[in-house]
Amino acid sequence: MIKVENVHYVYPNGFEALRGVSLEIDKGEFVTIMGENGAGKTTLVKLFNGLLKPSKGIVMVDGIRTFDVSVATLARKVGFVFQNPDHQLFCETVEEEVAFALRNMGFKKDIIEKRVKWALNLLDIAKYKGASPFTLSGGERKRVALASVLAFDPDYLILDEPTIGQDYSQKERLRHLVLQLNKQGKTVIIVTHDVEFVAECKPRIILMSKGKIVAQGPAKEVLPKADLLSQASLIMPQITQLFQMISDLGLPSNVLDEYEAWEALKGLRGMRLA
Amino acid sequence: MSHVKVKHLSYSYGEGEGKVLKDISLEIDKGEFVLLTGPSGCGKTTLCRCFNGLIPHFYGGKMDGEVSVAGLRVSEHPIHEMATVVGFVFQNPENQLFALTVERDVAFGLENLGLPKDEISKRVTWALKIVGMEEFRFAAPFELSGGQQQRVAIASVLAMQPEVIVLDEPTSFLDPATALNIFQILKRLNDELHMTIILVEHRLELASAYINRIVLMNEGSILLDGDPRSILSQEESRLLGIGVPKVVRLFRMLRAGGIPFEHYPLTPSEGAMAIRRLVKGYDQG
Repeated sequence: MIKVENVHYVYPNGFEALRGVSLEIDKGEFVTIMGENGAGKTTLVKLFNGLLKPSKGIVMVDGIRTFDVSVATLARKVGFVFQNPDHQLFCETVEEEVAFALRNMGFKKDIIEKRVKWALNLLDIAKYKGASPFTLSGGERKRVALASVLAFDPDYLILDEPTIGQDYSQKERLRHLVLQLNKQGKTVIIVTHDVEFVAECKPRIILMSKGKIVAQGPAKEVLPKADLLSQASLIMPQITQLFQMISDLGLPSNVLDEYEAWEALKGLRGMRLA
Repeated sequence: MSHVKVKHLSYSYGEGEGKVLKDISLEIDKGEFVLLTGPSGCGKTTLCRCFNGLIPHFYGGKMDGEVSVAGLRVSEHPIHEMATVVGFVFQNPENQLFALTVERDVAFGLENLGLPKDEISKRVTWALKIVGMEEFRFAAPFELSGGQQQRVAIASVLAMQPEVIVLDEPTSFLDPATALNIFQILKRLNDELHMTIILVEHRLELASAYINRIVLMNEGSILLDGDPRSILSQEESRLLGIGVPKVVRLFRMLRAGGIPFEHYPLTPSEGAMAIRRLVKGYDQG
């Protein structure tokens, strides 16, 4: 479990990115952290793996205070995929990149080989294993970065804005992958302002604005609240907007995607849907 | 006459490398607001680089066919000349802004043109006003938020008073409300100044309401080209994995389920109206 107690974080330039944040994320949960540019989302998740230590308050991972352990120890438990893959890629080939952390962590050679192969296949980048990461497209580099983290099988997986620069099919693949990893028991934490992506994944949402948490709850409770979302510079999912405009017809106001919409419209007069 | 004209354009980045663009022909009239989209690697960024002369002058490579913008043949005019008719806005404004103040950044291109000082000052004021950044004239660009930086980048392009603006995924790093604000600014440039706008964008759910044409690329060719409603409702768009807005997706399902309607709605409010019409039609027998 990740436990954050009344945390403040002030950057060296004096900017207070987090202003009293408390939250809990259980093992096996799927959570997205949403909010406007500069809301403090990335700062918050950097506290989870000890990259940053709180200026005030406590962050605990599985009962251990992040103050008391090294980043290296935490990194094994909490895998972090950066928004910009270039901040974490540096090896000469994709294969070396994916093996790097495993080697550092002292895994045996045959295990490293197996893990690397598994991760390369999972992210559909095996065909690039001999290529330099820097010859790949932005979307492909993001998948290499994700593979290099998945390879050491962390209990917690943090993805910072994974959908940026990805087209719709890549987003679909990403969605299936994270749902599958979550089903297998991994705790998945995604930082994003991609509302439609979240409407499809339906995780628990932690909504932030200006360094504070302004709402928490299941997607079905948070995404239909236009005023809360606009506080965080977000816009309601299209389908939710549509249904709220016709709620006088007796339709629910918390419909998130086209499949839920279809089910809700079935009962409406004039809709003889097969 | 077409404002942007592409005739049988093929391109590869190096000898012996595969063609990234394959025999593309495209004409865009003055005042159109065109959305250029397609799956990753389809060649849309490469095509954009042909509009302002980065291809062939900067990237080299092998180019066949012809591209002209506002009457200037791109292959015959260097990048700095093309910059006076075509403005280019990148995905990440950090790559575009470098001066110590917003004013200096917006004035940079104008100083290079050798314009008189008072004309430069006038244009900077005008451009910052359009994007709503007047009050940040003396701020440092690196202290601004991502959305503010992108607005400054647009202002620095606007100040050159180009006839065409090309934007390559300008909202990727921005939150939805800020992205919407950028699209609204573009719409105003298009409506009020009749600027031709070519926008590369994946966020169709936000952009669809503002554009009047979609060019859909795949594997270096143009696959579909037409008005947003007809393009987005076609099966090819879905199969290609384009981010078809959810309202369109819902109405595709409804049509497949046997529900009749005339036009595909693009926005939530159009969708709400369409459903009301269906219910009303039923109530009136």
